[in-house]
Amino acid sequence: MIKSTFLKAVAATALSVSTWASAHAVDLQFYFPVAVGGKAADTIQALTDEYVAANPDVKIDAVYAGSYQDTVAKAITASRGGNPPQLSVILSVDMFTLIDEDLIQPFDNYLTSDEDKAWVEGFYPAFMENSQTGGKTYGIPFQRSTPVLYWNKEAFKEAGLDPEVAPATWDEMVEFGKKLTKKDADGKVSQWGVRIPSSGFPYWLFQGLAIENGATLANAEGNKTNFDDPKVVEALQYLVDLSTKHEVMAPGIIEWGATPKAFFEGQTAMMWTSTGNLTNVRDNAPFDFGVAMLPSKATRGAPTGGGNFYLFKGASDEQNKAAVEFVQWITAPAQSAKWTIATGYVAPRAETWESETMKAYTADFAPALIARDQLEFAKAELSTYQNQRVTGIFNDALASVITGKKDAATALKEAQAQADGILSEYR
Amino acid sequence: MRVTFKRDWIHGWLLLLPAMVFLFAFTHIPAVTTFINSFYSTPRGRKPAKFIGLENYERFWDDPVFWKVMFNNLWFALGTIPLSIALSIAMALWVNDKLAGRSLVRMAYFTPTVLPLIAVANIWLFFYTPGFGLFDQVFGALFGWSSTNWLGDPATALNAVIVVTVWKEAGFFMIFYLAALQAIPVSLVEAARIEGASRWTIFWRITFPLLMPTTLFVSINAVINSFRLVDHIFILTDGGPDNASSLLLFYIYEVAFRFWETGYAATLTVALLVLLSALAIGQFFFFDRKVHYK
Repeated sequence: MIKSTFLKAVAATALSVSTWASAHAVDLQFYFPVAVGGKAADTIQALTDEYVAANPDVKIDAVYAGSYQDTVAKAITASRGGNPPQLSVILSVDMFTLIDEDLIQPFDNYLTSDEDKAWVEGFYPAFMENSQTGGKTYGIPFQRSTPVLYWNKEAFKEAGLDPEVAPATWDEMVEFGKKLTKKDADGKVSQWGVRIPSSGFPYWLFQGLAIENGATLANAEGNKTNFDDPKVVEALQYLVDLSTKHEVMAPGIIEWGATPKAFFEGQTAMMWTSTGNLTNVRDNAPFDFGVAMLPSKATRGAPTGGGNFYLFKGASDEQNKAAVEFVQWITAPAQSAKWTIATGYVAPRAETWESETMKAYTADFAPALIARDQLEFAKAELSTYQNQRVTGIFNDALASVITGKKDAATALKEAQAQADGILSEYR
Repeated sequence: MRVTFKRDWIHGWLLLLPAMVFLFAFTHIPAVTTFINSFYSTPRGRKPAKFIGLENYERFWDDPVFWKVMFNNLWFALGTIPLSIALSIAMALWVNDKLAGRSLVRMAYFTPTVLPLIAVANIWLFFYTPGFGLFDQVFGALFGWSSTNWLGDPATALNAVIVVTVWKEAGFFMIFYLAALQAIPVSLVEAARIEGASRWTIFWRITFPLLMPTTLFVSINAVINSFRLVDHIFILTDGGPDNASSLLLFYIYEVAFRFWETGYAATLTVALLVLLSALAIGQFFFFDRKVHYK
């Protein structure tokens, strides 16, 4: 008798404690991907822990969800299964797909005060191109990047070039590349001039070339592509010519992941890759290196890249509010600076660059500023409805041209026809 | 009498139940739903799936990528199955003999099987890397070959993937052959030796026919694997360049979980299921006549 009363009392206490806890703490689940080496996952975890420690009424479960690809797959699957995360970092280019799947909601509903609206204005416009559509803000820039050119100063010196000057134009890149490519008597290359990786998602770096040549790959509504624009064809021809005509780049598909390593090993004197690799290169390059904006043709140019915060549907009002507050906190200067310094991702707000921490960092390490300065010329990364499929078609076309199976004009024309077939229903 | 009969009946069903629940939940029901979904369009957000009849099937008939991955898969099967079986028999014969360090060699042959395929693929990715990869360094030092982009060239990408698969699979099949070899009575071989049969005759007339049940089992597994093993493709080539190394299952994954066209992916899955069942049934009928069971 006494025992059972005791048990009842325990059960009642446990019950009330748990209801109390759920009434007072907001639970948030937050998916994040990691796409670059280094300390990205640890940093996100540490920042989340810091927030939870300071805000005991919010519980955030930060879930590392694999690559960008895995993360969007997990988020969509979980949402379809009726168990969506409240918040997730997903590629900015997946915005139209997520809208089409009816999984995300605009941040505007929770950013109503003037202060909040000013806060949205504080992000670099180049990053917002991929984050807003139809006058609504669906993505808040977080781990955003842009490709830049890294060069090996020692290799430049050895080739008789000024080690402090990077190629500023397409022609210069070829010219420098020819001086930098080292061949032995049998034609075996021990050092290539430049390396523009093309495995997996060749469209991204290629888009840099296309923008520099004055082309826009897709419209802002995400329902029309311009793959067969003569300027795009010309840009692709230039990319192919680097290997076939000028012989300053290795032929065939070039592996993305092995690119920094190839740079460290002296296999290539210049490489194009994400600023997300900046800290990795800084820590591991055994020589002096420089970072420059991508060379220009008609103009300077680069795509933006990387991930945004998305607010998923299906959460309570309270959860949404807490999620938005967390997003505002983690993109604030102090946190954003930590994140940028740990990874090399571009801090998406001007005020972060004004902070003392960032100023001290950039004073010591000027290359970090290049990506920010390049934002002035940057355009939205290729993004459409059914984005993965459309970019998939474009990637296949690029790969077939890079490997010499098709010529640039034909492949791009075919890709455009296929993309039109998919996107026509969204016009 | 009737009561015991009924009780036996319940008993029997209860024994079957756990296996049946899993079989239905993870095999039969998904297969049937896939078949049904293949006649519907892909639901997207506010647009629910609607019945579209054979439209998905017409589409896959006209889909050049589908035929490309089918052809790739055929080449992949032709490349992996005979080679991995031949290699596994050779390895089994070798480690079945008395030889110094036999357990060590057996273990070495079996190691690739134990490693996860993703880890294996990452190691091979390094082997294949142009420039500083293992193959380039070894071939460069031995024969002075210039750097080869094994995974980045459509001509070699699929073959490079085949090599990894054979390396991974052969050790696993070897274990079955090794077990089968040890079950063959020594007296048969001794009798043949007394008759003056050569090693080749002994293998071809005695060992190989007695291994047939194992070969049947292994070949069915190898065929299924040739359609099922795609993990390493994600790491090695991601199906590229231009789908040169994409296989049917990889393509299905891509359509379903990258392009989110689940309706069309269901249609492709039906094609895969039909193909696999036809192959399995065919193999049983074709081989069964040639297989010698004890």
